[in-house]
Amino acid sequence: MSTAPTKDHPHLAADFNRDEPRVNWHDETLWWVRAKRDIAAHKLPEWELLRETASQIKFNVLSNLSTYLEQFEANAIKNGIIVHWAADATEHNQIVHSLLEQKGITKMVKSKSMLTEECHLNEYLKEQGIDVIDSDLGERIVQLANEPPSHIVLPCIHKKKEEIGDIFHEHLGSAKGESDPKILTETARQHLREVFLTRRAALTGVNFAVAETGEFVICTNEGNADMGAHLAEIHIASMGIEKLIPERKHLGVFLRLLTRSATGQPITTYSSHFSKPQNGTEIHIVIVDNGRSIQLGREEFRNSLKCIRCGACMNTCPVYRKSGGHSYHTAVAGPIGSILAPNLDMKKYADLPFASTLCGSCSNVCPVKIDIHDQLYKWRQVIVKEGYSPKAKTMAMKAMALTLASPTLYRMGGKTGRLVFKYAPFAVNNKLNPWYNQREMPKAPDESFGEWYAKRKGAKNS
Amino acid sequence: MSREKILAAVKFNQPTAMPLPDMEVLNTLTDVRTDLASKYKTIATAGGSFVYEVSGFDEIKTIINNEFKAGVKVISALNELSDYIYAETVKHEDGHNFADVELTVLRTKLGVAENGALWLTEKDMGSRVLPFIAQHLAVVIGKDDFVPTMAQAYQVIADADYGYGSFISGPSKTADIEQSLVIGAHGPRSLSVFILS
Repeated sequence: MSTAPTKDHPHLAADFNRDEPRVNWHDETLWWVRAKRDIAAHKLPEWELLRETASQIKFNVLSNLSTYLEQFEANAIKNGIIVHWAADATEHNQIVHSLLEQKGITKMVKSKSMLTEECHLNEYLKEQGIDVIDSDLGERIVQLANEPPSHIVLPCIHKKKEEIGDIFHEHLGSAKGESDPKILTETARQHLREVFLTRRAALTGVNFAVAETGEFVICTNEGNADMGAHLAEIHIASMGIEKLIPERKHLGVFLRLLTRSATGQPITTYSSHFSKPQNGTEIHIVIVDNGRSIQLGREEFRNSLKCIRCGACMNTCPVYRKSGGHSYHTAVAGPIGSILAPNLDMKKYADLPFASTLCGSCSNVCPVKIDIHDQLYKWRQVIVKEGYSPKAKTMAMKAMALTLASPTLYRMGGKTGRLVFKYAPFAVNNKLNPWYNQREMPKAPDESFGEWYAKRKGAKNS
Repeated sequence: MSREKILAAVKFNQPTAMPLPDMEVLNTLTDVRTDLASKYKTIATAGGSFVYEVSGFDEIKTIINNEFKAGVKVISALNELSDYIYAETVKHEDGHNFADVELTVLRTKLGVAENGALWLTEKDMGSRVLPFIAQHLAVVIGKDDFVPTMAQAYQVIADADYGYGSFISGPSKTADIEQSLVIGAHGPRSLSVFILS
């Protein structure tokens, strides 16, 4: 995995920030997607009702999840689907591998699944000698570049078309210097068509699974999930336990919200419902926990399991837009990922809840009304309490607590600060001060509020 | 056993049962008397589909003959379009055999005005891979077969029995390279919709 666990968000963001024009371009591109989301949302007078309904359905799901899981399993089996359960990433990867091994399959085509990114399935299968090709265009591009996706909906949003042209020239034989998206997409189409036609196994994610019917739904614009699944002997679908919804009719609510929130489209090109395997083929579904049941028990963070992975919170987040997806060093970047990741490993992802301005924009666009910015704030408190916050921050906080607790220290500190700003600005305007990076330091006032107030009071009394 | 372990952990950690919200409101919010076919046409066209309003099958044939070279492989699931390979007769063939199909023509009885989606099940497709593997796709729908939103669409298919079904709303597309919209990713390069009056 090319994620760097030794570096935290501020340092990784600093790497991304070195190229200022690129940061601006990344920022503008995502804001443009966010704007498209607004236009789509405003076209539906019932938008807020839809969000509220979706949120309530998901709450019902979480509060009855064990029942729905059993119901889904029973109905899926009735439909001829083979169901597997995986407690964690390792078990998930082993199940997928054993299914391929049983059939003597060494090559698989895969459509987008953030869960398999979370489980690092590709790396695992590679070690077992299995060749995996990602078929979503954006995912194929980052796969060829040997990088993880930087966005859950737009995996290679951080790449310029010229860079993609270079990658295609190297790996897919397109002309040198070719960067026309149309020509590059056609190159990928030809390459992946060959893959679809020769792979005996296909793996897909799951957008929604219906307890009532035992079917599951996959949404794509490219049609890659369908091309893979329909041409393969064996279709493996990986799904997190939280993907369930109670009844088929509830799909209507979520399909109306998903792409409008994601890209501003009224619906994906394909919303495919898999209920039974086609003649002579198998469908396997791997139901994965991997920490989700723990998050379900954390009352304050439970709501994060409502997430339908539209990416709206990332597109709107001023921190994500200016720091890039890779700076989050986790499969799901951005605000929602920063809530989900600490549940998996609080120490490793202690930096992520701090990668937010807490402006609340993420919560405002969330189609299932997750209180994202509140949860980020709550994670910060948990992380500090558990002792996982960055050392420098802990020390600074302790110093601040001490200062705020003592009026004398507070006054002294203020005075010293103003003097430093005035007579020794170089002491704060330097690279050692993280606040100075990408920021102008303010001018210090001549007197403190306390001094001004005392003077004013004195003048009035005299 | 992970199954028991997961279910036990979920059961232990899930909150007190919350009720399901009322869905009836959403079903009744939209006006069903407006001209749904023309609303559909606007949305579908914006999504990259070619929409034709036709009065009969001869008109469809003429359009297909104008758009596609003679002799290309066309599979049709419609009795009325008998000049082509009939989907029913090839539905048990291996999906890989359809790699050279230029055009697939299917028929549906459900379209959604709000998003341009057409509901097609395995039965309508013949073979599941046909609407994806063909270079081009065409779908025939009656002008009265539209519902306003997905809420009403799921009322129609609430109890339907299908092995596989898909809402298809346009040609296969991608915008993964610098957000430039490119039509024709892995599936059909075009979707033509014939609305029969």
